[in-house]
Amino acid sequence: MRKAIKPAVFCACLVPFCWLFYLVWTNNLGPDPGEALAKESGEWTFRFLLATLAITPVQQFTGWRITNRYRRMIGLFSLFYASAHFLVYLMFVLGFRWGTLYTEILERPYITVGFSAFVILVALGITSPKAMLRKLGKNWKRLHRLIYVAAVLAMIHMIWILRSDFGEALIYGTVLTLLLGYRAVNWLRKRNRKLRLARGS
Amino acid sequence: MLIKKPSDIKPSEITPESVYRNRRQFMADTGALAIGAIAAGGLPGLAIAQDGDALKARAPVSLSRSAPAAWWEPKFANIKPAPDSGPFYTGEALTPYEDVTRYNNFYEFGMDKGDPSSNSGRFEVDPWSIEIAGECGRPGTYTLEDILKPHDLEERIYRLRCVEAWSMVIPWIGFPLADLLKRFEPTSRARYVEFQTAVDRDTMPGVRSPFSIIDWPYQEGLRIDEAMNELAFMAVGLYGNYLPPQNGAPIRLVVPWKYGFKSIKSIVRINFVEEQPNTSWNDLQANEYGFYANVNPNVHHPRWRQDTERRLPHTLFSRPIIDTRLFNGYGEQVAHLYEGMDLARYY
Ligand code: HEM
Repeated sequence: MRKAIKPAVFCACLVPFCWLFYLVWTNNLGPDPGEALAKESGEWTFRFLLATLAITPVQQFTGWRITNRYRRMIGLFSLFYASAHFLVYLMFVLGFRWGTLYTEILERPYITVGFSAFVILVALGITSPKAMLRKLGKNWKRLHRLIYVAAVLAMIHMIWILRSDFGEALIYGTVLTLLLGYRAVNWLRKRNRKLRLARGS
Repeated sequence: MLIKKPSDIKPSEITPESVYRNRRQFMADTGALAIGAIAAGGLPGLAIAQDGDALKARAPVSLSRSAPAAWWEPKFANIKPAPDSGPFYTGEALTPYEDVTRYNNFYEFGMDKGDPSSNSGRFEVDPWSIEIAGECGRPGTYTLEDILKPHDLEERIYRLRCVEAWSMVIPWIGFPLADLLKRFEPTSRARYVEFQTAVDRDTMPGVRSPFSIIDWPYQEGLRIDEAMNELAFMAVGLYGNYLPPQNGAPIRLVVPWKYGFKSIKSIVRINFVEEQPNTSWNDLQANEYGFYANVNPNVHHPRWRQDTERRLPHTLFSRPIIDTRLFNGYGEQVAHLYEGMDLARYY
């Protein structure tokens, strides 16, 4: 039973990808599948990012012990969808005109922040194997805190693309604020406790 | 969020490119198509041209709309077909009817491209009237029947370039905007024309959205010489058929050398004014959407590069990216309007 959980979670994470692939394959994404895919892959990237950030609070609230294996897997899926998003961008926005990628990253602020978020996810992905954890020691944790930065950059990226209706962004923004706020509160509490202990001694 | 479009028929089956290439080709193809249709077990709704019908394209029979009111029918019975060359014809493959009518930006009906076609079913286009106001000799409120009465309808095939960097090719039915405006005798003080879209909270969910930051009603405007240009067109139909609500029924503007948001839909007010009018997107974000909004590959929008565009429809495997042309390829007709103007400043 236990052994079945991991493959099941893995497959569940692939469902959106397979579904999108099916829709594209059968010509069911409308006349501009490029745009539809950009939007869907971007949203799934962010959802997986939020899911990754939700693991710690869920663990602490419910008492479930979700092992780091799942955190890593879900985080890597965020990178997976981000890579799909980037590929869609290269294909249907840039048409593989590589020369423009450089200027786009430099000159278009929402691409700059989106790309920065992507670079962070890539760095976290590369350093995610256990061997890297052992190698980096204390620095591993520091490096992987960059996921907070990636999430905030991605949120800015999404807000910058808004046209005139902010309903969806409001929902994503609220969830992200709760997840980051939870950590901020924890951190402040810990610090206060330390300060109190220091004063008491 | 996904665009749900149950299309088991490939667009290419419904509107073969060859049909549009030119009229002679069309005539030659008709027979072959009919045979093909029979062989395929009868394609749903491919309209075969009837005798004397030389329109470049017709809506599929199964999807064609009935007249909003009886007086429309004689108007549509006699449409002058698009020529085989010149600015009213592009020579490019048309975007299929299904895509033109199911992939729309019309935020009054919702934000997603599929929303306008799904949400506009209850929108009433009859009766309809237009208020003519401002610096002109004959202001007043006119019924749409009166507005259309003196105008003969013609077909024109134009490129439509959206500021979001996608484009279509559409066979419109309508008449020149200049012919309409002249009837109201604009005075010498009429330096601009302002247009307004209908607002109806009951039938327009986008207008009710608490998260929308557009200040309805939607407004657009043109300089008077732009409005009088031969390309500026008032459309009342597409693909030989009446406009569906999502495409701006019953009457809309088409200015093919400008980004799509200038081509205001479902018009209820035309106002001749002396000063440059406020326009919705410009009010919302002046650094992104200019008043002129001429298609220009050299001036980028903060969100979208403008030197290329995706020609729709495309698939995962087609290479849809093509170069965008200055004034959307209509420079010969309109470049003189902007002589001496810095197009990077007046974007
Ligand atoms: C890893 C972090 C990223 C996340 C979470 C993310 C998320 C999103 C989301 C949710 C959207 C859809 C917005 C909407 O239309 O409602 C979007 C759109 C977009 N993203 Fe990203 N993105 C990321 C990285 C990138 C990168 C690296 C690029 C390119 C270099 C990029 C380019 C785009 C573009 C061009 C669009 C707009 C598509 C359109 O015009 O509709 N994104 N992104």
